[in-house]
Amino acid sequence: MKFRAKIVDLACLNHFTRVSNMIAKLAKTCTLRISPEKLNFILSDKLASGGVSMWCELEQENIFSEFQMEGVSAENNAIYLELTSENLSRALKTAQNARALKIKLTNKHFPCLTVSVELQLSSSSSSRIVTHDIPIKVIPRRLWKDLQEPSVPDSDVSIYLPALKTMKSVVEKMKNISNHLVIEANLNGELNLKIETELVCVTTHFKDLGNPLLSSESASQSRHPEDMAEVHIDIKKLLQFLAGQQVTPTKAVCNIVSNRIVHFDLLLEDISLQYFIPALS
Amino acid sequence: MSYLAQSFLSVFRSLAMVEKTVEKCCISLSSSNSHLVVQLHCKYGVKKTHNLSFQDCESLQAVFNPALCPHLLRAPARVLAEAVLSFPPALTEVTLGIGHGRRVILRSYQEEEADSTNKAMVTETSIGEEDFQQLHAPEGIAVTFCLKEFRGLLSFAESANLPLTVHFDVPGRPVIFTIEDSLLDSHFVLATLLEQDPCSQDLCSPNPCQPVPQKQAHSIPHLDDFTNDDIDCYMIAMETTVGSEGSRAQPSTSLPPVSQPSHDLVPPSEEEEEEAEPSTVPGTPPPKKFRSLFFGSILAPVHSPQGPSPVLAEDSDGEG
Repeated sequence: MKFRAKIVDLACLNHFTRVSNMIAKLAKTCTLRISPEKLNFILSDKLASGGVSMWCELEQENIFSEFQMEGVSAENNAIYLELTSENLSRALKTAQNARALKIKLTNKHFPCLTVSVELQLSSSSSSRIVTHDIPIKVIPRRLWKDLQEPSVPDSDVSIYLPALKTMKSVVEKMKNISNHLVIEANLNGELNLKIETELVCVTTHFKDLGNPLLSSESASQSRHPEDMAEVHIDIKKLLQFLAGQQVTPTKAVCNIVSNRIVHFDLLLEDISLQYFIPALS
Repeated sequence: MSYLAQSFLSVFRSLAMVEKTVEKCCISLSSSNSHLVVQLHCKYGVKKTHNLSFQDCESLQAVFNPALCPHLLRAPARVLAEAVLSFPPALTEVTLGIGHGRRVILRSYQEEEADSTNKAMVTETSIGEEDFQQLHAPEGIAVTFCLKEFRGLLSFAESANLPLTVHFDVPGRPVIFTIEDSLLDSHFVLATLLEQDPCSQDLCSPNPCQPVPQKQAHSIPHLDDFTNDDIDCYMIAMETTVGSEGSRAQPSTSLPPVSQPSHDLVPPSEEEEEEAEPSTVPGTPPPKKFRSLFFGSILAPVHSPQGPSPVLAEDSDGEG
């Protein structure tokens, strides 16, 4: 198994750093899948994550100027690594004005992802090199089946999200009142966030959001546009997702399967992020 | 005499205000009510008086002599301050040493944990010899000390725009940081971790990416040829080698890390001043935190414009 990649373009580096910061907020530990064309950050819906799953995908050639990998075998040309997300974002943080950044799979005392940053500092005539050895765990092939791209469920309602920062500030306040929240939307561009306790009910209404065009086989074809599809979810999970969004996405869609799952589908320039929050049982 | 540093600092809290309004500052000892009196004479006849209480204490002398340290390096504080920026804020200890190609290496130090599944990230910065004003130390030497204290003294040196000299010896012996200029002469003495096993079984794997220091910066990408990187393939069983660096195919640019920390230091009895001279106390549980600051002023009291006043800071000791 080999992996080495290099970033020389500052814009690409910043983009990658932003993604890494977002992942660090969304998942404490995640799986990094390296394949010839892509990099994926994966969180699978285990008990540890409370059923939340995440699939983030980026095309490697959009970020790296050099990229070489050799998977476990020719038929299974991929590498699955488990790492603490914060380590990667901290390592990338030191590369803010780097001339070049290299990542490679190494084995110094323990298997690591070594991030090597070449800095040009004002106090120094030559380049300064900073290396970070991020400890990783190689995930054996037999567990790969649990880490595949989640299938997008047939949603009852699909709607464009309002400004995520607004949603976050609303949900942040709601968190103080209730532990769970109802997210509901209809095909009329309306989305509501509702919390209900013995003493108080609070609903925030978002209107005129727009719905993505339905595909012809979609189950929601026969649906009345005013009908709300709703899911009860853990408010902290929604807040964690929203808190991870530091930049305005290029596209943000929310798909709701009534009483089952809410699926957030975001596009951040060229990087796609899918986040699934299951309904509370 | 000891007093709370916080209280003393709060008198000069706003540096901008002090520079703008204070004309002179008188510091005196009031024997009548055991107060350290700091008087700020400000513009327009305003006088601010601060009475700080203090307590008499035993003065402990740190016994050290930088001249006895065989190894030395000297650099503008900024060089080292920039290097420690890459370390996580919570990191407690750092290892400083000389690696291959006479590069000065700073590496995060982690205690080896029995539970090897929760390894921490290791960060390492290497600084070329040309960034140092002086470098008298052999390759392979390394000492580990408290990063927090190091950051503190670095920020002081940086703000004073002064170079920092590091005098050190073998692991276990204290490391002495000196900052000097015409007004002051300061020595910071930090304890270092004792290396248990000199032939450490944790020899670093080589990092061929470290460029050989050259005068021109543009030569570095040439030396740092990506395709020539020798990556340790994980599938090939990696032996954690025991032995000398000669067994390695590639030169090691990193330091042999300390395999197990151990201390032969006297456990601190007070929080502040303590003896820097370590003495072997077998069986003492490692106190981990041991630090000592010794600050000396070389201002001769006779030149003070306020007239003769009691000397409140002792003259610097030893080599001066």
